[in-house]
Amino acid sequence: MIEKEGNTIKVNCEGETCPVPLVETRKALRQASPGDIVEVVGTHPASKREIPMAVEALGLRVLDISEENGKWKIRIIMEKR
Amino acid sequence: MHMAEKATIIVHSGDFDKVYSAMIIGTGALAMGMDVSFYFTFWGLMRLKKGQLEGGPLSKMNFLGIGKWIVRRRMRKAHVRSLEELMRDFIELGGKILACDMTMEIMGIRKEDLRGDLISDYCAVGTYIKEARESRITLFI
Repeated sequence: MIEKEGNTIKVNCEGETCPVPLVETRKALRQASPGDIVEVVGTHPASKREIPMAVEALGLRVLDISEENGKWKIRIIMEKR
Repeated sequence: MHMAEKATIIVHSGDFDKVYSAMIIGTGALAMGMDVSFYFTFWGLMRLKKGQLEGGPLSKMNFLGIGKWIVRRRMRKAHVRSLEELMRDFIELGGKILACDMTMEIMGIRKEDLRGDLISDYCAVGTYIKEARESRITLFI
């Protein structure tokens, strides 16, 4: 569910529930190099709020968050705030 | 060097649902950048015996295993990760598992009975207190 394309690491958590989106996001961030973008897609509503909390706690930055038909996408950049 | 905040969790219960709570909180804390240690003791330690991780009863409404069977079926339907998978995530994200050696002695459990692939160390209360006193979160489950 984690794959790398160029400097983007894509994490697909569609249909997954607590705590999988958080855990998979963390795994992807551990693989990322400075400047990489981690893009997480999912459908679990609470994770849409909680992944940004984790990003904040890790001292990183959310680039943007979008949502369409219950499917959200969060993009995180691997650089210190 | 920056020291991560720490969560120290005692897993005293061997009940299926309570071990789930511990695993979800532990992996969640790791995902949010904390260091996490689990101290498995008493009935909790039974879950670290080989082949026993998923083997606990429900803490309520177990009904000789029927309740647990229903809950597990619903969990699978909701895509909840198994305890075995959560345990692998926990280790992969750097979580530590400690086994209480006093429980091993009174319950007659030998090291070779336990999941050596998961356990980082065997210890007693002093190690727990040392870690708990420097932790932001401590829980007894």
